[in-house]
Order: sequence, then structure tokens, then C-alpha cells
Amino acid sequence: MLATFAPLSGFLLHLPILQVIIPLITAPIVVVIGIARIGWLLAFLASIASLVVSYLLLMQVIDGSVISYQIGGWAPPLGIEYRVDAANAFVLLILSVISTVVLPYAKTSVEKEIRAGSQTLFYTAYLLCFTGLLGVVITGDAFNVFVFLEISSLSTYVLVAMGAERDKRALTAAFDYLVMGTIGATFFVIGIGLLYMMTGTLNIVDLASRLEPLSGNRTVQAAFAFIVVGIGLKLAIYPLHLWLPNAYTYAPSAVTSFLAATATKVAIYVLLRFMFSVFAPEFSLASGALQYIILPFGVIAMFAASIVAVFQADLKRTLAYSSVAQIGYMLLGIGYFSNTGLSATMIQLFNHAVTKAALFMAVGALVYRTGTSFIPKLAGLGRQMPWTSAAIVAGGLSLIGIPTTVGFISKWVLLTGALEKDWWWMAILIVASSLIAVIYIWQVVEVLYLKEPENETVVKEAPLSMLLPIWTLIIASFYFGLDTELTLTSARAAADAFIGAVSPIAGASQ
Amino acid sequence: MAENFPVAFLFFAGAALLFAIPKGNSRAIFLLAVPVAAGLYIWSLPEGDLWTARVFNLDLELMRVDRLSRIFALIFALAAFLGNLYAWHVRDRVQQVATLLYSGSAIGAVFAGDLITLFIYWEGTAIASVFLIWARRTEGAYHTGMRYLIIQVGSGVLLLAGAALYWRETGSLAFEAMTLGSLGTWLIFLAFGIKSAFPLLHNWLQDSYPAATVTGTVILSTFTTKLAIYALARGFAGTEILIYIGAVMTVFPIFYAVIENDLRRVLVYSLNNQLGFMVVGIGIGSELALNGAVAHAFVHILYKGLLLMSMGAVLYRTGTAKGSELGGLYKTMPLTMIFCVIGAASISSFPLFSGFVAKSMVLSDTAKEGYYIIWAALLFASAGVFHHSGIKIPFFAFFAHDSGKRPKEAPWNMLLAMGIGAFLSIAIGVYPAPLYALLPYEVDYSPYSISKVVTTLQLLLFAALAFTVLVRTGIYPPELRSINLDSDWSYRMLFPRVIGAVSRAIGKIWTAMTGFALRRVNGIIAGLYRTHGPEGPLARVWPTGSMVLWIAILLAATLLISFIDLA
Repeated sequence: MLATFAPLSGFLLHLPILQVIIPLITAPIVVVIGIARIGWLLAFLASIASLVVSYLLLMQVIDGSVISYQIGGWAPPLGIEYRVDAANAFVLLILSVISTVVLPYAKTSVEKEIRAGSQTLFYTAYLLCFTGLLGVVITGDAFNVFVFLEISSLSTYVLVAMGAERDKRALTAAFDYLVMGTIGATFFVIGIGLLYMMTGTLNIVDLASRLEPLSGNRTVQAAFAFIVVGIGLKLAIYPLHLWLPNAYTYAPSAVTSFLAATATKVAIYVLLRFMFSVFAPEFSLASGALQYIILPFGVIAMFAASIVAVFQADLKRTLAYSSVAQIGYMLLGIGYFSNTGLSATMIQLFNHAVTKAALFMAVGALVYRTGTSFIPKLAGLGRQMPWTSAAIVAGGLSLIGIPTTVGFISKWVLLTGALEKDWWWMAILIVASSLIAVIYIWQVVEVLYLKEPENETVVKEAPLSMLLPIWTLIIASFYFGLDTELTLTSARAAADAFIGAVSPIAGASQ
Repeated sequence: MAENFPVAFLFFAGAALLFAIPKGNSRAIFLLAVPVAAGLYIWSLPEGDLWTARVFNLDLELMRVDRLSRIFALIFALAAFLGNLYAWHVRDRVQQVATLLYSGSAIGAVFAGDLITLFIYWEGTAIASVFLIWARRTEGAYHTGMRYLIIQVGSGVLLLAGAALYWRETGSLAFEAMTLGSLGTWLIFLAFGIKSAFPLLHNWLQDSYPAATVTGTVILSTFTTKLAIYALARGFAGTEILIYIGAVMTVFPIFYAVIENDLRRVLVYSLNNQLGFMVVGIGIGSELALNGAVAHAFVHILYKGLLLMSMGAVLYRTGTAKGSELGGLYKTMPLTMIFCVIGAASISSFPLFSGFVAKSMVLSDTAKEGYYIIWAALLFASAGVFHHSGIKIPFFAFFAHDSGKRPKEAPWNMLLAMGIGAFLSIAIGVYPAPLYALLPYEVDYSPYSISKVVTTLQLLLFAALAFTVLVRTGIYPPELRSINLDSDWSYRMLFPRVIGAVSRAIGKIWTAMTGFALRRVNGIIAGLYRTHGPEGPLARVWPTGSMVLWIAILLAATLLISFIDLA
């Protein structure tokens, strides 16, 4: 339909590469210009362009079709292929939406939290991170996934370390993350190496077809284990989450908001892609990783991380642990191994991205005005910063999963999936773990609204440039809690792209 | 269709508008206008499913109007009016908004035609009402409110879980009569049971209601429990287990009511006991018994509100509602005293008062259906009600020994609210036909037959006689006369030792059980803190080594399970 516009059609053909190349090219330009404000503007424009591109891509593939783009005209499997289907187009849209909303917020926040000389470098690192994440999602080449993953990871370490202006512990956090992230990436690349050894190809589609006859092969099984654990580290599967709380707590507020909403989501996507596209779904099921690793650790995360969150004294850290718990829900959806389960995971990707980004931004606004996110120091701010505090409450409601919020939609689909399998004990666990969220959110509400302020200093409401992005996402989290047309359709289409083609239950029983 | 919008929205719009209206009398008038408008509107509604909303492929029935839902909605609107009149002098916006949202949610729940709508309003009543407790703004009230909220929201969660399972089983979400049997219906039953304060699920009631503000208690006493009664009548009419639950409910709060010193708390125990009568009526499930339960709920809201209002007025003027610190107030609060006595006569179901025309329906049907033991229990409970609500409340507050307090008469708005309540209590007692006309089923029942009147009078007179005899004989030691009612201690000794011993034994067992449970819960929380707290092993983040160890373990596990081929 769009392609009928003759001048546009050429542009449309190259959408997949534009998605990655725009932020990639912008990054060095920002360094060369060297002025923070222009750097921000360029980053913002690049982000908007990405948003447009990802929206156009999603509209093209939402009906289940697939776009294959050959880099430099080299045909796959030899050349690198970008491959867009409903699943990754949906994730691309999430990424660029979050980036576009976070950047206006970042401008104000970065001016306060980062030394003037480093601000252009901040935007460069940010753009590279963004590029890396987009690239991981869009590429159809297994080794290319690793390359982009490293681009995003390396720039993330830099971004986290920039929090050292506010708190020196950011340096240790970034270093720890670097060590752990590198181990994860190494595992991942070992896995890909093993696959390459067995099949002689790196293209995902090609890999899939060549792996099919090799399902009983020990090397392939080892490759699978390495890839799942390596990615598991990136997405903070429960016992492998140890890098996350510190990184999120000590990174600059804008970085935390962006990473919390995107980085782990991209990792989830990669996990899904490898489990269901590279390896056949039946293979993943037969390997036992779903039943014995993904599902149980998902459930453990739902509870253990939530309980840890209850006892935290730093609000950023509370939210970080809550992220680990929310990732548990996503893993749970994967562990169901059903269409509804994957829909739940995909919709939770979106919903949690919106909610957590809003919450971290709101906490960042508190930090902006008070200089701390230590919970006892936030006493009585409900009256002094009414809009920011209200945003935290509204976001908190979504985390708990109150009806009319997006959090409810995620849990509803997850519950439906559980009941479909007649796992009503699982339904009870889901509801019970949501109740723990009530506790840690309530503690914050109590401090903000019911405690008297510690000292008499007057705290102003956060600036409008911060409130607008926060409230955009909060309103989105309510809007998509009521109108689920776009999100549910996209999530279902994405789930279909992964296991819709095969009949999962029949496949499993063989 | 469009003009029959849900009644609850009227209250919610009112709550929103409230912010635009300046403090003072204009706002108080507005608060009265909302329930009046709602009442007239409910009166004019035709029967049927009047408003359907479509959400997620589900049809939500927001306005299911029939005779059962209409009578409850009407009495709720009336109670909201009286409550707001009683609270005319209150200038606290939190309480005003909470009252509107609370009564609106309760009415919305009554009109809910499906379980999801019911759930939403069910939680609405929980969340709105807790602010009436918090409005007292003390540390104790805060914790009480928190406990109350957890239990109430928990009841809603059970309801939702039950509704989901029920939906899976039957494919329908309609809120109609159900039979116990599956997990889903049991969960729903339990959710209703918590809110209607079944024995052992009742503690929130006595814990929270007396902790609310003077006006808050009056409002609270109306909605939550009667909403649950409505839900039981709708969903579980004729469920036999309810008869036994209800009978236990009527009897056991009496012991507590006897030894309790806080008169508002005494009234809350008697509230629990009254709910028992309604539950028995629902359990029997015949048309007469259901009518009786509904009529009882109707008049109960009036006279219990009246009694709580009078005690609230005493508390408002003297600052205490403790039996041992009050007495002799009739000298300066004569009108309040008269209204209180009318309420007391109604709750004791004296002929010509409203309690009589309602309670006798349940009682006589219990006998008719052959539940003689239950009937005896209810009779015993009636005598108990007469004793603690009929005699004890007015006696200790207004007569007894003179406490020396000389408070002013209650303010005009409280007197007016009590006056209307008292008038209605007598009017219904004398001429019950209009109430009977509202009941869910056709009524062919006359309360004033010779035998019923005589039975009731005999019961009441013998109860009074027993009281007097106990006082006059050796059971009432003479030396207590001098320190009579001066302290908790004497007060507990005043009444039969038998009852005291029984209740102490029950109390001891109960304390032991709750103490044990409490210690266990505390132990669990301490354990969780040890493991999950900031210093706990599960929250440690710094050692990179432990992370690497975990990676190794997980890799080994993944490899192992793929190799040994578990699936």
C-alpha cells in the first residue's frame, strides 16, 4: 500500500538497514560536533527517525509476513541478512518508543548528573547502546547478534560508570557488570562457535534447517546450554541477576530508565529467537531447559526478588529487584510453552518496559530535586512533589497489576495461560507474588504521603521536561491497560512468529 | 438504555464534584443531596438488566435491577443520607469523599449482574472504607486500618480467584445462585464469608469498626457486612451449612459482648450476632426466610445505625464510650437517651418496634422447617441481644451510677439523624406493610398474631427477670455495689460467673491459637529478613565470584538435563 508512492518505495525497501544505521552514523557525528545541546538534539532526532522506521516495519509485518534484507547485496547464507518479522518488529518498536520518550527527560537529568565535558560522550555512548540493541533484534545472523550485543554492552558499561559523578560506587558496579557481562557474552559466542562447527553456517534460518537432523547431537546440546546460560546472564535470570541491582542503582537516572526498559527485554527476545527459531521448539522442550531451568527459576524470581525488594532501603534498588521479579513473569510465559504463554511474555515485554521506564524516571526526578533515592529521606515528598509522587503511585499500581493498568493485562494473559494448562496452582502463585508487590509499593506510598518531612527545606516539583515524559508513559500504561487492541494483536502475532507454525502440544508429545 | 446509567456513577461524580464545592454548609447539603437523588432514582428504576458494558469480550452487567437488589440499594441510599446528616458537622474532606465512594461502591455492587463487576465494587468498598478508619489519624488507627485493608482486599482476591475458576467450570460469569462443590464456588463463598464476618473470620469487624471516627463507625456499620449478606442471599440462598454457621454466629459474640467494656465495641459484637440471624435465614432459603433475612437487614441498618449514632454522640460529647466511665447521662442528654432506648427496643425486637416484624419471620420459619436446635439457639441469642444491647447499652451509658459527667445534648444534626432513624424504627414496627411490599417475594405474613407476641414477650420478660434475679440473689455480691461499674474489674464481675468462665476459656484458647499463629508469622518474617534483607545472602551483590559460581552451576545443570534426557 505504501509502496505505491514511487519516490517512497526505494526508501521503504531499505527500512531494515536504516533502522540500525541512523543511530550508528549519528553517534560519531555527535562526538565531532562536541556541543552537548546539539548532541542531544541529534540523538533525539535519530531516535524519532528510528521510531518512524520501526512503526513502518511493524505495519508491514504484523500480518505475519517476513522482510528479508541483504546487506550489501550479498545473498544469505553467505552474506549478512536482516530479517524482520512480527516478533522483532514489535521489540524494535518498544525500543524506539522508550528511547524517544527517555531522551527529552535525559536532557534535564544529564545536565545535573553528568559533568559538562562528558555530556557529548554520554549521548554518543547512548546512541551506540541504542544501535547495538536495535541491531541485536533486527539481524538474522547469529554471529552478528554477538557483535551487536557487544556494541550495546560495551557502551552500557560506559553509561553505568558515568554515574560516578553522583556516587563512586557506580565504578565498581560498572566493573562488575563488565566482568559478568563478558563472561555471559563469551558463553554465548562459545555456543555459536559450537553451532558453526557443526553446521558451517551462521545465518539463523539456515542454521535452523541444518540443525533439524542433528537434534540428538551432544555438541548441539552443549551449544544450546552455553547459549541459554550466556543469554540468561544478560537477561538476569534469577541467580544470574547479581550485576543488575548495582548497575541500575548507581547508573545515571536516564540510563537506568532506558536500560531497565530495553536491555533485558532485548535479551529475552534473543533467548526466544534461539529457543524457538534457531533450535526447533521441540528441541528446546526436549532439552528440558524449559521445564527445569526457565520455569522454576522464573517462579523463584517472582518470589525471591520481590521479597528482597521489600527489604531494600534505596528506592532505585527496590525497583531493580522488582525488575528481576518481573523478568520472572516473562520467563514463566516462555516456560508455559504455549501460544498464550508466549503472548504473555511479549505483552509483558511492552508493558513492563512502559511501567518500569516511567517509575525509574520518576525516581530520577526525586533524585534530581533531593539528591537521593534513600527511602527514609523521601518522607513527605508527596505534598512537595505531587506530580512525581502520583506517577510513582500510578506506576506502582501497574507493577502490582491493578485492573485498568497494563500490569493487569500481562498478568491476566499469564493467568489465562496457566488456566489453559489447568495449572491453577500456578495461577495462585502468580496472584500471591503480586501481593508482595503490594507490600513494597505500599512502603513507598507510606513514606511519600503519610510520613512528615524530615527537615523543613522546601523541595520544588520536578521540571516540566521531566514530568512530561514520565506522564506520557504513565498515561500510556493506563491507556494500554484499557485498549489492548494494538498490544495484544502484536503480541499474538509475535507469539505466532515463534511457535505458531508448529503445533506445540502435538510436537511435545512425540 | 442510555438514561438508566449506573447509580454508583452518581456517587462517584458526586465525589469528584465535591472538590469544587467550598467547605462548610453548602458541601454538607451537597452530601445530603447525592443520596437523596440516588434514592429517588433507584425508586424510579424499572426491573431488568439496564446497562451493559463490554470490556475484553466480556459483557459486564452494571445494572441488574430486581426486587432483591432494589431493596438493598434503597436502604443503602437511606443509610448514606442518615450517615451524612449525622456527619454534618464534619469538615474533613477525606471522610466525605470516602463516604461517597464507599456508599457508591456498595450500591454498585448490589446492582452488579456479573462476578467481575461485583469484584470491582467489592474492592472499591474495601479501599474507600479504610479511609474512614485512617481519618482518625492516630498511629493505632493507622495499623488497625492496615489490618482491615489486608483482610478486605484479601476477600476480594479470593472472590476474583473464585470467579476465574467458576468461569472455567461453567463458562459463565453471571452472578446467580450457585451451589457449593467446586473450588471456585468455595472460594467465592469464603470471600463472602469474610465480609459477612463468619465465626473465626470475624475478627476484622471488632478490630476495626470501633477504631474509626465517631461518624465513620456509623457509616461503616451499614455497608460492608450487609453487602456480604446481599451477596450470600443472591448466590447461596438455601445452602444448608449457612444455617449452622449463622447459629454459631448468633451465639458466640454474646459472650464477648457481655465482658466488653467499650460500648461501641459491644454494639459491634451485637452487629455480628445480628448478621447471624440473617445468615440463618439465607441458609434456610425458603421464601419466608429469605424475606425475613432481607427485612432484618433493612431494619437492622436503621436500628444499629441508631444505636451507634447514640453511642457516637456520647463519645463525641464525653470523649469516652467505656461503660465503666459513663453513667447518669440521661440528665443532660435526654433526647439521645430516648433515641438510644428506641434503638435498644428495636434490636431486642419488642413488639411494635422494627426488629420484631423482621426477626420473627426468620425465627418462625426456623421452627416451621424443623430446625429445633437452631431455633433454640436463636432464642437464646435473642435473649442475649436483649441483655447486652437492650439493657446494657442504655443502662450503663445513661443510667447506672452517676459518673458526674454533665455533657451537653448532642448537636442538632446528630439528633435529627437519630430522630429519623428512631421514627422509622417505630413506624416500621407499627405498620410493616410498606416494608413487606418491598421484599423480594410476596408476603403473606402477619407478625402480630397472639402467639408470636406472647412468645416474644415471655422471652423478653423472662430474660429481664433472669437479669433481675441474678442481681438480687447471691450471685451478685453486695460489696460490689459500692465499687459498682467503677472499673473494668468490677464490671467483669457483675455478670454471671458461668458466662465469664466460658468466655474466658474460649478467650484463652483463642489467645493461645492466635498467639501461636502470630509467633509463627513473626518467625517467618524474621527468617525472610535474615535471608532476603539487605544483609541477607539472597540480597548480596558485590562478590563477582559468587556470580561466576552461579553461572557454572547453571551451565552444569542445563548440560546435565539435556544429556540425561529427562523430557
